[in-house]
Amino acid sequence: MSLPTEANTQFAEYAHPERLVSTAWLAENLGAEGLVVVESNEDILLYNTGHIPGAVKIDWHTDLNDEYTRDYVDGAAFAALMAAKGISRESTVVIYGDKSNWWAAYAMWVFTLFGHEDVRLLNGGRDKWIAEGRELTRDKVSPAPAQYPVIERDDTVIRAFLPEVLAHLGQPMIDVRSTEEYTGERTHMANYPEEGTLRGGHIPGAASVPWSRSAAEDGTFRSRAELEALYLDEAGLKAGDDIVTYCRIGERSSHTWFVLAHLLGLEKVRNYDGSWTEWGNAVRVPIVKGIEPGVAPVGRGA
Amino acid sequence: MSGTLPGPLAEIVNDFIEVPENERLELLLEFSEELPALPERFTQHPELLEQVVECQTPLFLALELADTEAREVSLFFSAPPEAPTTRGFASVLAQGLDGLPAAEVLRVPDDMPNQLGLTRALTPLRMRGMTSMLGRIKRQIRERLPEAAA
Repeated sequence: MSLPTEANTQFAEYAHPERLVSTAWLAENLGAEGLVVVESNEDILLYNTGHIPGAVKIDWHTDLNDEYTRDYVDGAAFAALMAAKGISRESTVVIYGDKSNWWAAYAMWVFTLFGHEDVRLLNGGRDKWIAEGRELTRDKVSPAPAQYPVIERDDTVIRAFLPEVLAHLGQPMIDVRSTEEYTGERTHMANYPEEGTLRGGHIPGAASVPWSRSAAEDGTFRSRAELEALYLDEAGLKAGDDIVTYCRIGERSSHTWFVLAHLLGLEKVRNYDGSWTEWGNAVRVPIVKGIEPGVAPVGRGA
Repeated sequence: MSGTLPGPLAEIVNDFIEVPENERLELLLEFSEELPALPERFTQHPELLEQVVECQTPLFLALELADTEAREVSLFFSAPPEAPTTRGFASVLAQGLDGLPAAEVLRVPDDMPNQLGLTRALTPLRMRGMTSMLGRIKRQIRERLPEAAA
């Protein structure tokens, strides 16, 4: 059973307003039948320090990733996870998290790989909820187990793998990392020095639009007009484009995937979750250093 | 391996590995809440703290050595409340090493964080953050006590 879309004048500007809820809407709808709130953070202990009443925790590392295959869980494991969290196929799932919803967007993207229909982000995430002085609790949440069907993951629509990105060279691509990572000045993001790669730089032809430019100071998304100025006017994307986003491990680029696909309504946006961690280390894969997007070496594209 | 750990740290490691894997994070959370606030001499002088840049969230540490023969180590940490994992690690090291003779701290195996039984629950990046905290503590001791490093 799906909850109605929030009536919100700012959200109404977006292509898919049904994909967002405000903190006020969530506060009013907590406990509604058919709603499951999910917290997904980078710091996996953060949920335990206090969470939105009734929210369940999903850990991207241990819940969504398969331990042995460097891939997401399969349909059976996803169904088991959903059942344990009290999520049915018809549930309205609202996801929020720390760091401007990076991991929340990442979780949403994985839900989308399994075709979960009604999954929404909490605009502004955990920080905004706290900044507004809204309730947090440490109460243990024990959801009634739900039934969830085993769905085969569909990686063809919103996910890109390395060979597909190689074939995509010369077409629109957005690198959402920091400028220093894009130019190759550093091989990791600020404060994450150990997660470096052998080479620094970017995928040939990728435009640099750091993810943070799509978010306001309070972590909420910028207006449709601001997002259009950024991605359409500045980065040159246009309706009908086939677009690939990437970052370092795929979480920040999930945030941009959300912006492009759901807020701007671009039809074909794929997240390359292998991202720079894979590309920067792969053999016989071209890179570009410096601030210019660059072009693919001859014979390396599609 | 835990046989080579100093007593208080060995006890903490045992506490971790004796609880079921799914309760270890709760234990780490308890540690994060027990991390003492910085004394005023450091809050007034943040330049005395060294940042452990390997941690995913800002963590700063400082170390003092007693003016005694054993040069007992005092440890001080600072990390924000929205970084409970990092705070938890710092608290484990503070409770496990604070007050020990410098030579004993230097004998702690570099891979001690891996003995806590958290390597499946936490990403390798997190574990490296804790390893780096320990590494910096030992480096600071060596820099101040050249004879201990020999």
